[in-house]
Amino acid sequence: MSEADLQTRIAEKFQALKAAGRPALVTFITAGDPDLATSLEIMKALPEAGADVIELGMPFSDPMADGPAIQAASQRALAAGQTMAKTLQMVREFRATDNDTPVVLMGYYNPIYVYPAEQFVKDAKAAGVDGLIVVDVPPEADDELCIPAMRAGLNFIRLATPTTDDLRLPAVLQNTSGFLYYVSIAGITGTQAPVKERVHRHVARIKQQTDMPIAVGFGIKTGAQARELASGADGIVVGSALVNAIAESLTENGQAGPRTVANVKAIVAELSEALTNGASH
Amino acid sequence: MTTPTAKTPNSYRTGPDEHGHFGIFGGRFVAETLMPLILELEAAYNEAKADPAFQAELADLSAHYAGRPSPLYFAERLTAHFGGAKIYFKRDELNHTGSHKINNCLGQILLAKRMGKTRIIAETGAGQHGVAVATVAARFGLPCTIFMGATDVERQKPNVFRMKLLGAEVRPVTAGRGTLKDAMNEALRDWVANVDDTFYIIGTAAGPHPYPAMVRDFQSVIGQEAKQQILEREGRLPDVLVACIGGGSNAIGLFHPFLDDLDVDIYGVEAGGRGLDVKNGHAASLNGGRPGVLHGNRTYLLQDEEGQILEGHSISAGLDYPGIGPEHAWLKESGRVSYVSATDQEALEAFQLCTKLEGIIPALEPAHALAYAGKIAPGLPKQAIIVMNMCGRGDKDIFAVADHLGMEI
Ligand SMILES: Cc1ncc(COP(=O)(O)O)c(C=O)c1O
Repeated sequence: MSEADLQTRIAEKFQALKAAGRPALVTFITAGDPDLATSLEIMKALPEAGADVIELGMPFSDPMADGPAIQAASQRALAAGQTMAKTLQMVREFRATDNDTPVVLMGYYNPIYVYPAEQFVKDAKAAGVDGLIVVDVPPEADDELCIPAMRAGLNFIRLATPTTDDLRLPAVLQNTSGFLYYVSIAGITGTQAPVKERVHRHVARIKQQTDMPIAVGFGIKTGAQARELASGADGIVVGSALVNAIAESLTENGQAGPRTVANVKAIVAELSEALTNGASH
Repeated sequence: MTTPTAKTPNSYRTGPDEHGHFGIFGGRFVAETLMPLILELEAAYNEAKADPAFQAELADLSAHYAGRPSPLYFAERLTAHFGGAKIYFKRDELNHTGSHKINNCLGQILLAKRMGKTRIIAETGAGQHGVAVATVAARFGLPCTIFMGATDVERQKPNVFRMKLLGAEVRPVTAGRGTLKDAMNEALRDWVANVDDTFYIIGTAAGPHPYPAMVRDFQSVIGQEAKQQILEREGRLPDVLVACIGGGSNAIGLFHPFLDDLDVDIYGVEAGGRGLDVKNGHAASLNGGRPGVLHGNRTYLLQDEEGQILEGHSISAGLDYPGIGPEHAWLKESGRVSYVSATDQEALEAFQLCTKLEGIIPALEPAHALAYAGKIAPGLPKQAIIVMNMCGRGDKDIFAVADHLGMEI
């Protein structure tokens, strides 16, 4: 078995969903947004509301690939004192009650680089993390993080984008495992809406080169959109919409409000419902 | 064979390698959406560099539009004042638009045109790079959008107005704390969303490969001219080079042609702000930061223990960038260049001294370089030669200086 085939909760989850004939709902929140306790409460509520995979954002001061919603989430988390140690602790506490839902940490390289990387991948694995998405580490730098992550038993999930042409795709696929994240637009998170036909075309094109599950994300806000974009793919990633639900629920001074957790649950339930019903039609 | 370390390379001028590395620094740490674009940019730049027609067009514009070569001026009264080494200014403040930034902008806009790009974007801090970009965009009839931190838009009103007059759209960036690094983040976000038609003119020798090497190449005209001029004037190479460091473009432009002249001592002067010992009170990435990864390259960064990027502080808006071009990070570790700093106060004093003794109002950025030149000149023999890069003029800074001196304009 090559390292790229490594079996984590991610592979199991996608296999189970495939058998059930339903696409995965991958949900993104930022760790520590709006504060550590609320964020953990949200995380724990996600699977029950219908999330199949959890992407947990590691907040960074300079999230270059993110739009205003996730930028603001990062800033809220950092202002509330979030650290990498607290993010890993969050995963550990989540695992105490949920040993089934895959957890993928998503973020930028610098906080990992200074951790440093070799130690980070070990600590993440020990905390119960299954995979990593690190936006600004391309295949050209695999030695630094991707290979150590695989050695530690973590999937390294890479983004393919509308600019990733057939020539470049093999490099992107090479050490990617778990699933491939197809970025539905040339752009940043939470901004433009993807064009359905274009996404379908690209996903079909990528499927010719890989058997790996493909999850589609960026700009997906509603159940209807999720259902449309899921066709031909294996999962849908929703982030900004959840983060916006958190932002809208905050009190005037930016603290968690009475509906913070419930708001996120409601939107996840709606998305899950749309994907489940969409699949049975 | 006993070569225990490869510490002293045969040449300091061969970098970067094909992946854009200067030692461990540099590289291409960007999101996948941008990866194909910067690979395309690299190929286009390599082609252009080797094309005599491209070089000829750049040389023509440099001469007749920007006003090159810039003079090498013997600062006689400052020399007498410090009472030691002879101080020469490489007068890039006389360039069109008032700083060295135009050298790089002319090169990049020609490349943009060659690549068939129809829209220009750029980041700016003090507005000097923004003005230079808006200028070349006007000259070549391309629409351009300049990203500028909202805080800087407030601090640098004259340059904002200049950019608007030149036809640029100035987009204030409120993300983060609204300064230069946030403007660069926003420019990168715009680029990701406009991959087909847009060319990003980065303003300093930082960012993902090939920018650090490309910006250096376009700025190296400073050092090439200086070398020829000092040989004509003094019949020998200088003993010391001094330049200020923000992201490092004017400095690498002066230094690079001299890197293998090992008898030339080279000093890069960082912004010491309120002092290197003041937490987040300076912008000295090399003296007060640690290696990390930001804006597409590995380099020294101002950051906290968690790897979150700090803003830094300097009296000069052109120097308060939390990173530094990767080639400088490598030159520091290899020991070829010494990186030092000058404080806000020292720069202010040098600013006034230069204005009074030489009749040259320097930008606050090169005032840092002058402050350091003034520190070492007295200890050097009278026949020693210092060449300092006067990389910008101070018109843009008169409001900030008046403010610091408690004067009404
Ligand atoms: C006059 C001047 N000098 C220096 C700098 C700093 O940039 P660099 O270190 O890239 O030369 C700036 C930046 O705005 C500037 O305007």
